[in-house]
Amino acid sequence: MKQLARSDTLREKVEELSGQNVFACYQCGMCSAGCPLSEEMDLLPHQVVRGLQLEDWTVMESNTMWICASCLTCEARCPHGVDLACVMEAMRQLYLRKSLDHIAIDKLTTEEIARLPQIALVASFRKKTG
Amino acid sequence: MKQNKMIKIFIMGKAYQVPAGLTIMDAMEYAGYRFIRGAGCRSGFCGACATIYRKAGEYRFEFALACQEMVEEGIHLAQLPFTPAPRAGYILDDLDASENVLLQYYPEIACCVSCNTCTKACPQDIEVMDYIQAALRGDIKQVTELSFDCIQCGLCSMRCPADIKHYHVAQLARRLYAKSASPTPQHLKDRIKEIEAGKFSDELEELTTMNLDELKERYAARQIEPTT
Amino acid sequence: MKGIAYFPGCSLKETAKDFEISAIAVMDALGIPLIELKRWNCCGTVFSLTSDDLMHHIASVRNLIRAQEMESPEVVVLCSMCFNTLKRVSLRVNRDEESLTKINAFMNKELDYAGEVEVKHLLEILRDRIGWEQVSEKVIHPLDGVSIAAYYGCTLVRPHEVGIDDTETPTVLQEMIESLGATAVSFPFQTECCGSYQIVDRRDLVINRSYRILSSAQRAGAQVLITACPLCQYNLDEAQTELAERLPDYTSIPVLYFTQAIALALGVEAGTIPDLLAESLVGQEIPKKEETTR
Repeated sequence: MKQLARSDTLREKVEELSGQNVFACYQCGMCSAGCPLSEEMDLLPHQVVRGLQLEDWTVMESNTMWICASCLTCEARCPHGVDLACVMEAMRQLYLRKSLDHIAIDKLTTEEIARLPQIALVASFRKKTG
Repeated sequence: MKQNKMIKIFIMGKAYQVPAGLTIMDAMEYAGYRFIRGAGCRSGFCGACATIYRKAGEYRFEFALACQEMVEEGIHLAQLPFTPAPRAGYILDDLDASENVLLQYYPEIACCVSCNTCTKACPQDIEVMDYIQAALRGDIKQVTELSFDCIQCGLCSMRCPADIKHYHVAQLARRLYAKSASPTPQHLKDRIKEIEAGKFSDELEELTTMNLDELKERYAARQIEPTT
Repeated sequence: MKGIAYFPGCSLKETAKDFEISAIAVMDALGIPLIELKRWNCCGTVFSLTSDDLMHHIASVRNLIRAQEMESPEVVVLCSMCFNTLKRVSLRVNRDEESLTKINAFMNKELDYAGEVEVKHLLEILRDRIGWEQVSEKVIHPLDGVSIAAYYGCTLVRPHEVGIDDTETPTVLQEMIESLGATAVSFPFQTECCGSYQIVDRRDLVINRSYRILSSAQRAGAQVLITACPLCQYNLDEAQTELAERLPDYTSIPVLYFTQAIALALGVEAGTIPDLLAESLVGQEIPKKEETTR
């Protein structure tokens, strides 16, 4: 199975793709406090950022980036202007750009698709396939 | 017959001299290539000989049917493989045109980024991206109308960054439209009656019991459309 | 051009037909008809957030070109996800000339996008161009005594540069509700995410989120909830079907598009409205929608 290349540093790669300064975060936790989906995440948003600051690759194993639905509550509230939605998107892209999709389009049944609106499918595939 | 001027062309990167005025397919055969697959009617209808080429001095690839496009000095040619696009399995009678049925069988159309690469690749000048977009919003009628000239060559799918199987989507749309929205033509109804009444049974019986040599002879002598 | 160039988006042609039907009727009644773009494609529904990804902006730019082709300085959008995506893309290419040049060069068969089309949400047109007072004057069935919760979700208000109102405490929908004679209900979850596209493969997450939102609105006294997002509408309604099975005490409330509420008050075609609601809202027969032909 294809693996993520680890030649770059994780933080540099995420910063490049997201356009965000990961070190601007001072771990106040505002993002995690306001995140409406945090209870589904195995690492809270601010913990993911901490992991990036420390070059801890295990953050890439957490489900946080895939739960984040880019609702931008964190972006609106971050006192240091870090757009965490962009950080999460960058992390997803590290997988997706290696063809490591997070949803198997061909495994969705016709019954499942029949009841879903296009808007959900388009958004989901854009966020979870490369 | 007067020999045409010879021109230099490239096939799979190797230079050849061929007479001017040949189609891509004829030029490749002149150069010694043999088409075992990827050639069919040689008249621009069957879609088997879709190909990619590049003209001298151009940076863009162009797309055509090899039996239709003429070669020119300095052209670069290639043989394309068959497009191994999967076609969804369905039973047409069980499908209802009113649901988001195209998405159900081809959910990858939701991955379209509207890059229009499919339209640019179409040798039939079909607005392929527009019909995929129509498919996404469930407009089966528009898919049918826009895709009507499709010959299923597969170039659109070969080029698509989202792995969409455009021509299969369009085929399903046309089938659904034909089934649900367009009236059954009278001649078809008449013919079905004739078949059911046994008008062709004797002829069929004769063919199925014929030995192979007789069948071959009959095939070779068959009436075909006159060539121009 | 009398009227305003309008981008529908895919949902309004399929799952959210009531949104379009009611909006068209409302805008006709208010004298600014919606003129659908002659040709359009899916906007992409979500704005791509990576710095180097231009490919996923192309779909939106193409739609902006369609408005430009109609010589329209603006394009109005109903679906808040489409609005957000189109507007973010328009801002993105306007502030980054290099990106726009690249995108224009890639779309070599199109006219270049000149960067001049402004993306507007219908609520902005209603608030800023028509005004709630004028909407009020056209009301023939005041929605007296009906408590309507304003649910904004995410994409109408975030990010700040795209939002049509305050990020944390928006009021535009409440103003709209009051202009129809109804009682506007504000509630703590009005700008919280419903889970969005996670409905595709994390259904429970969306059901849980929807339950929080719906029960919060109901605790605040809402009888009806309105939204501007076809995905929120779908998720909340879908959740209610399941909640009714799971929780014996749960009472469903109608989740309507904001344009349906206006249409009801204005006495124009409002799409499908639950019968009981229709009666209690206006106390008389609701104009039926005509059979739509496709």
